[in-house]
Amino acid sequence: MINEIISMNGYGIYVWSAFAFTLISFTALYTVIKVQLIKEKIKFDAKYLTLSSDKKKAARAQETYKGILASNSVSKI
Amino acid sequence: MLKNFEPNKIFSITSKAPKYILFIFIIVISIGLLEALIISPEDYIQSHSVRIMYVHVPSAWISLGTFSTIAILSFAIIIFKIKSFVLIAKSLAPAGLVFNIIALVTGSIWGKPTWGTWWAWDARITSMLILALFYIIYILAWRIYDGSEKVDKLTSLIAILGAINVPIIKYSVDWWSTLHQPASISIFSKTSIHTSMMIPLTLMTAAFALFSILIFLMKYNTELIKIKNKGLDRL
Repeated sequence: MINEIISMNGYGIYVWSAFAFTLISFTALYTVIKVQLIKEKIKFDAKYLTLSSDKKKAARAQETYKGILASNSVSKI
Repeated sequence: MLKNFEPNKIFSITSKAPKYILFIFIIVISIGLLEALIISPEDYIQSHSVRIMYVHVPSAWISLGTFSTIAILSFAIIIFKIKSFVLIAKSLAPAGLVFNIIALVTGSIWGKPTWGTWWAWDARITSMLILALFYIIYILAWRIYDGSEKVDKLTSLIAILGAINVPIIKYSVDWWSTLHQPASISIFSKTSIHTSMMIPLTLMTAAFALFSILIFLMKYNTELIKIKNKGLDRL
């Protein structure tokens, strides 16, 4: 049964390599985009922490900044 | 209505949605893989190699759909000057390119046992390769000219120009004699695929669509944070 699934009448090498390529591409794309997102969040956090309290207050008053801060680690500091 | 597409309005949704979409994607792809690799029957002519269809066809559909969406958004950016679409169009491109590459590579793998060759300069394959080139040019244009005032217009023009290729891909199998068979699935007519194969194809298409939405949302959030990061200097 297992051998049948793996060999697929001799087509296994084609089928499994097509599926493997797809899943590897998915993992690579997800990892690259996730790393980019984390890097931008870290940059944002670092810049936000250097702001004066007035500017932090002004940032928190804006809807998007509020959203970013809520999803970033800096909001938990 | 267009105000609902403004980044400030949709960030609350785009920042929370990825984790739920990832969860649903894992469930759907697990069932889809089980159906595609084990449960679905082999084809009476192509035998088990037909299973490659379950990754090849959804990838091609999503890659085409994504580029069409980018082109429509680009048209709106140029004609109606809707700036909020710029970020959406830009964020759609990476997933579209990867799906295009998957369609080309899995098509090539499928070609070997079916046609006896890894590659043929067939109308459908060549037009898909041209689409990949348009994706690359579009992404490169963003990389090279990001920050410039003309980048919105330039990338939109690339997308609109590339959109000419979309109907060529779709109808290439009808217009020319190609190695590809004509479409087996149509919205307007009866599909020629049996239900036992339609189920895994639908599941895999749904899973791939969810993955492209997931990548789009993550990319959109990244781009938005990048913009807002620059905005912190101006506070």
